[in-house]
Amino acid sequence: MSILINQATKVICQGLTGKQGSFHAKHALDYGTQLVGGVTPGRGGTEHLGLPIFNTVAEAVTCTQATASVIYVPPFFAADAILEAFDAGIKLIVCITEGIPVLYMLRVKAAMAGSDALLIGPNCPGIITPDACKIGIMPGSIHLAGSIGIVSRSGTLTYEAVHQTTQAGLGQSTCVGIGGDPIHGMNFIDVLSRFQADEATRGMIMVGEIGGSEEEEAAEYIKNHVTKPVVAYITGLTAPSGKRMGHAGAIVTGGKGTAIGKVAALEAAGVTVVNSPSLMGAAMKKLLEAV
Amino acid sequence: MNIHEFQAKQLFKDYQIPIPHSLVAKTADEAVQAAIHLAGDSWVIKAQVHAGGRGKVGGVKFAKTTEEVRDYADNMLGSTLATHQTGSIALPIHSVLVERSSAIQSEFYLSLLVDRHTERLCFIASIAGGMDIEAVAAETPEKITRVFIDPAAGLQAYQCRQVAFSFALQGEQIKQLTQLMQGMERLFLAKDASQIEINPLVATESGELLALDAKINFDDNAVALHQDIQALHDTSQEDAKENIAKQFDLNYITLEGSIGCMVNGAGLAMATMDLVKLKGGTPANFLDVGGGTTTEKVTEAFKLIVSDSNVKAVLVNIFGGIVQCDVIAQGIIDALQQINTDLPVIVRLEGTHAEEGRALLHNVAPNIIAAEDLDHAAEEAVKLAGVVA
Repeated sequence: MSILINQATKVICQGLTGKQGSFHAKHALDYGTQLVGGVTPGRGGTEHLGLPIFNTVAEAVTCTQATASVIYVPPFFAADAILEAFDAGIKLIVCITEGIPVLYMLRVKAAMAGSDALLIGPNCPGIITPDACKIGIMPGSIHLAGSIGIVSRSGTLTYEAVHQTTQAGLGQSTCVGIGGDPIHGMNFIDVLSRFQADEATRGMIMVGEIGGSEEEEAAEYIKNHVTKPVVAYITGLTAPSGKRMGHAGAIVTGGKGTAIGKVAALEAAGVTVVNSPSLMGAAMKKLLEAV
Repeated sequence: MNIHEFQAKQLFKDYQIPIPHSLVAKTADEAVQAAIHLAGDSWVIKAQVHAGGRGKVGGVKFAKTTEEVRDYADNMLGSTLATHQTGSIALPIHSVLVERSSAIQSEFYLSLLVDRHTERLCFIASIAGGMDIEAVAAETPEKITRVFIDPAAGLQAYQCRQVAFSFALQGEQIKQLTQLMQGMERLFLAKDASQIEINPLVATESGELLALDAKINFDDNAVALHQDIQALHDTSQEDAKENIAKQFDLNYITLEGSIGCMVNGAGLAMATMDLVKLKGGTPANFLDVGGGTTTEKVTEAFKLIVSDSNVKAVLVNIFGGIVQCDVIAQGIIDALQQINTDLPVIVRLEGTHAEEGRALLHNVAPNIIAAEDLDHAAEEAVKLAGVVA
């Protein structure tokens, strides 16, 4: 078991013929992902990496029955790509692209509001269910099929959590990078609630950072709805106020969105918050042994 | 991206947001000419730097004669200004804004920004104008009105009236405020702003509404869409090292500590800074070398870090995903060949091609120290930074 994706998930790639798309699609195929086609407007009818290319997402969905799409198109075209996938009935849209203007994303979110389609990202590493399906840019080799659900706003810190849970022999059920942009798709609660319902997930690791209030909202949710053990790590304790720390969404403004506030909220909700990124796996292992 | 007040006011003018009569001056002579041209009997001289809080540190002066205009402009131009918002860095003053002074009856606060929680544009308004809005929000939240804009419907007149009534405006002023808020919305959407702030917005004794100050930030992700906005960029107001970093497409922020950090990924870069602090040290910078990095970029990043004379040790923390650890290692070796440094360099490599990377760095130079894990790397960096200092 897993959440959102498994070995049966059929995936198309928007931007497959581009440099990024090609590179990561090849790794996804090697990993065993059911990548069934690509979309590049104007190249319909051709083949790339042995996969059929379509002019539109709608055509790709009709011909391949794909339910998921991964997007590797440049930032000024990515919002259009998300909405095209949405319009074609794709139920899981994973947007890797970094640098999409915020106003574009406000329009995307408004257009998708109230639908059952899910968006992961943008500005994220993607989603992986180990040994089953890899949609995104994460290195497949560090993963191990197992029982920990990981959700994170940061790519490399997701890899740290994956590496540690692999080393600890726990493995991962599914890992979701929700992305570093201020306006994005699935949030912590959307993912944590699915981990809570997933039989294969025994514990959860969440990696948050400064900016916004999604960690605080997740804390409230965990307090009321999550019974499985949760380990959290929050980064940005030493980040100066008013500076964007790499991620567009990682900024403390007007004393809001601080790491201290997030840590306090999570601890109050009974979450085990570790103060070093190297302790996530060990803390999880300890919690599971105590269960 | 930030711009100067005079640039923001020009944009306000373009979008029918009323501003006081003002002119920019680059010399004291120009400032006097500006005052004469503007007429009136008193003027405000405002240092043009990318920071708020100018009034408290002598960056805003009230002049009653053209001699005073000259003196104030002369003092400001060519000097620097440090406010509570600039940290330890003082910003150079290359121009001043000369503004005809206004007879103020009341002051308000008005801003427009993206609210992350509701995923909508949001006006924040307060009758406590001219004050630090964060303090107002914390101490007297009842003085703050928020208006959220539906992205499909846009800003509605009733929402502007809500703000107007919260300001206790009457008659013609309600219409003026409606036009002003509509102008802010149009400007925000047309130029991909991330925040527009008017503090204070004033009602003059003659009943006019005026934006006495003007601050606009733009969405860095969208600036490339707007050549006119790009042209307003003033690098003299930004950290020199951060400007160099941008040329090489590196995500770099100068801090004040002694341990230089080179990391891949924004989250891991922040986590590395936090870990340095946790182990008793202080980070000298935030640096994310990014996903698609090359040896050249790593070399430039390394040079940038050691160009900071506060740096006593360098901590390299790489979790190779797309980034290959051997590429990073080669970049460090290249950098060490180009610059002579005996600063200790503590390297933690994990993930893709970590073994190859470690092998490359083995026995290259005595000051390169391979760390077993992240905690060990941070501890070692803190220890060695202390020894050198």
